[in-house]
Amino acid sequence: MKNYLKLLPLLALGIVSCEPELDTPIDESGFYTNGEADFSNYVALGNSLTAGYADGALYITGQVNSYPNIMAQQFAKVQETQMFNQPLMADNAGGLLAGGTQITDNRRVLAVGTNGSPAPMIYTGMQPTTDITNVLSGPFGNMGVPGAKSFHLVTPNYGDISGVAAGSANPYFVRFASSPGTTVLADAVAQNPTFFSLFIGNNDVLSYATSGGVGVDQTGNMNPASYGPNDITDPQVFAGAYSQMVTALVGTGADGALVNLPDVTSIPFFTTVPNNALVLDAPTAASLTGFFQAVAGIFAQGAIQQGASPEQAQALAAQYAITFNAGPNRFLIDVPVSPTNPLGFRQMTEQELLVLTINQTNLAQGYGSVVLTPEVMQVIGLLQAGQSITPEQGQLVLGAVSGIDDKDALDTQELTAISTAQASYNATIKALATANGLAFVDAQAVLKQVATGGVVFDGGTLTSQFVTGGAFSLDGVHPTPRGYALLANALIESINQTYNATVPKVNIGTYGTVTLNNEVQ
Amino acid sequence: MKKLLLLMVFTLATVVTYAGGYRVSLQGQRALAMGHTGVAVVNSAELGFFNPAGLVYLENRLNVSAGVSGVFSDVIYQNDEFGNSYRTDNPVGTPLYLYASYKVNDWLALGLSVYTPYGSAVKWEDDWSGSHLVNNIDLAAIYVQPLVSVKLSKYLSVGGGPIFVTGSVNFNRNLNRTLSDIDGNRSNVTVDASGVTNWGWSASALFSPTEDLRVGFNYRSEIILDAEGGEADFQNIPNSPLTPFADTKFNASLPMPAELTVGLSYRFLDKWLFAFDYNQTFWSVYESLDLDFADPNIPDSTNPRNYKDSSIYRFGLQYEATSRFTLRAGYYFDESPVQEGYFAPETPRNDSNNFTGGLSFNITDNLAIDAAFLYSRFEEVDASYDYYQENGQAVPFEGTYKSSAFVPGLGLTYKL
Repeated sequence: MKNYLKLLPLLALGIVSCEPELDTPIDESGFYTNGEADFSNYVALGNSLTAGYADGALYITGQVNSYPNIMAQQFAKVQETQMFNQPLMADNAGGLLAGGTQITDNRRVLAVGTNGSPAPMIYTGMQPTTDITNVLSGPFGNMGVPGAKSFHLVTPNYGDISGVAAGSANPYFVRFASSPGTTVLADAVAQNPTFFSLFIGNNDVLSYATSGGVGVDQTGNMNPASYGPNDITDPQVFAGAYSQMVTALVGTGADGALVNLPDVTSIPFFTTVPNNALVLDAPTAASLTGFFQAVAGIFAQGAIQQGASPEQAQALAAQYAITFNAGPNRFLIDVPVSPTNPLGFRQMTEQELLVLTINQTNLAQGYGSVVLTPEVMQVIGLLQAGQSITPEQGQLVLGAVSGIDDKDALDTQELTAISTAQASYNATIKALATANGLAFVDAQAVLKQVATGGVVFDGGTLTSQFVTGGAFSLDGVHPTPRGYALLANALIESINQTYNATVPKVNIGTYGTVTLNNEVQ
Repeated sequence: MKKLLLLMVFTLATVVTYAGGYRVSLQGQRALAMGHTGVAVVNSAELGFFNPAGLVYLENRLNVSAGVSGVFSDVIYQNDEFGNSYRTDNPVGTPLYLYASYKVNDWLALGLSVYTPYGSAVKWEDDWSGSHLVNNIDLAAIYVQPLVSVKLSKYLSVGGGPIFVTGSVNFNRNLNRTLSDIDGNRSNVTVDASGVTNWGWSASALFSPTEDLRVGFNYRSEIILDAEGGEADFQNIPNSPLTPFADTKFNASLPMPAELTVGLSYRFLDKWLFAFDYNQTFWSVYESLDLDFADPNIPDSTNPRNYKDSSIYRFGLQYEATSRFTLRAGYYFDESPVQEGYFAPETPRNDSNNFTGGLSFNITDNLAIDAAFLYSRFEEVDASYDYYQENGQAVPFEGTYKSSAFVPGLGLTYKL
């Protein structure tokens, strides 16, 4: 028997050599190529989109599904790479604390309300535990800083906790800045990256847009330190900061990819609440039309009393005799009072947008058209009966008009300011990519496709429809993991083309969309 | 020896696939060494599986054969479009057998067989790319069969008996490709059923026209294991009324298909024996793996399999080298029952070429050690499973697979 035991090692050898091996295994080097690029030390710069922010917060699983992390995992299939580190949050609740006090909201989840229909709500299933006083030690490959604008990445002290309350510093960068005085760019360059991606500039117009254009278009103002948080960045300031970053990053010898900026009209934050959601039946439409005829009449009468000629008065009043029809009608918005629009409201035009966060309850009660109280109806009744009314009664009617506030809408002027700045930023990005031989990623085109028709994948079609479309998370601005995977694929495709590499894409169907949870209040 | 026997007892429950579907062809070391032929080979109590009609021809009054194999089987999967690559980490399977026969008189023998012809243990990495189809599965079925073997004439004998089967299944997979809880843990379900029993039968005949030539026939009936009231354990389900997956009971049916074998053996040059077996496994009974959950809120799970009947061609050779040593070798071609588009990673099997060898060593006149090995060689195959759906749309799971199996085995043959 002992003699046969000697055969056991031989047997073991036989077992080992019988492991299955594929003819062309992808996990051995040489199957994919990095081409002329070197992905061994990848650093991603950007804002919330780079950080993996979603559902109105930054949280671990969002970061795990950030496009830089997805790309880094794919890079690792192509060549030996360094571990891609991210400044992970402490939990999946998402809120930030500063010295124990919560300073940002938790993430949103899709919850079923008491009315039985699902809606995004703030997750309250656990207390947030990520305190910005707990500074992580890097370096981190993912340098995405939620909220950052272009010039913030080159602004010293952007990670200094003492500036957070005043708004001169960013709580997310505080968490992983190498020192309070450093810049995002300096920390990126210090890592001596072999490859970088830069996706910055969205917030230079986006915060203006999501605030309904309450900020200032700072075009012409070259001092970003004087900008408010919701202002549009001057295109030259943008170009200056952007080229400074590209120069510094290319200066390390790194290859890279520059990502342009998608249209604000690509995101559900502006496309979910239609500007013609004032759906009326025929009697209501007729009564609203009658109401605005009354408004026009009251206005004309008042104008004549204040000395205008009847022709002038009628011409100005005509704009207020708005006709409503059965079916969808556009809302009214408030505009600045002017000689040509003395009452300061008008009906929205086709292109103008409403924000996702507009108060739906108020809309249902007349916000965006007229708040018809019994008292107002009484006055209308008097007018329809041909009776005269007092000036106070006339004011009651005019005051019932409830145009949508500036903060809840993007009007034509604001949209033009946004698209002008964005077009200028995108021209800068494209020119710098070409000048430096970097990969150029047309995220604008990718998201436009998602918004118009959608992107077909193996499990359906990815669209920008809020909640159900799959591309956008519950804040209506930031992508879902599936949306980020699509973005990662766009970067990979451009990188492969530019550098003759064959980095494999990911299957976006294997990435999740919105998170269901009912632990909400 | 005691240790070996202990090992055999303790590993009774684990079984692993290496053949087409979840058929496990390891029902005797002597037969296995000859390409798992045996329907027409009168050699040992292994006939209790291969052809009970032959038991009456065994020379000794009492014959016992027992053995165990160690199955080292793995599968590698890759998808080069997305750069995904995974390898199974299958547990080592230890299927075993025990056959005994007792010759009552010249024309009658009685026997008892215990064997494990069906089973599967496949373990992929949790949450791998095919986790919506399977994370891991452990399927085992133990057959217990009393036998009678009757010699009708000098040339012909018949045999057979009822089969009692007890089976178990444990199967885990993710609910779909993306659903997860608030912390990103993938939602999954484990279905578990054990002690599932049913009855079947087998019947066989052996025709011996000359001293050197035998022709055999064996048929083993289909046995459907109906798991009723098994446990379905849902894990990492989002806390939401939209995903009402609470733990519940389930019913499911899993067929152990019928198998028909015909074959012959021929003794030549005194010490040589050639054997050929042809198996037809009636896999077409396996149309779909359907899980019927008791909770009405949980949609039933339908998983088309659409297997086809499949054939196996077996060849074996035996040489009695000395009075102590008998050497054996064999080959068989195993046709997969899986049809194109139905290649599911829970039984990732394509056609295979199988090479076997082994020997017997007679320790005494009554006791022999039987050793055998099997190497299964599978071609690399590009395959897909096309019947998984999301929102009513088929989402194929595609990739390149390669399997291999190496199976050493030991057994004892005792005769008195």
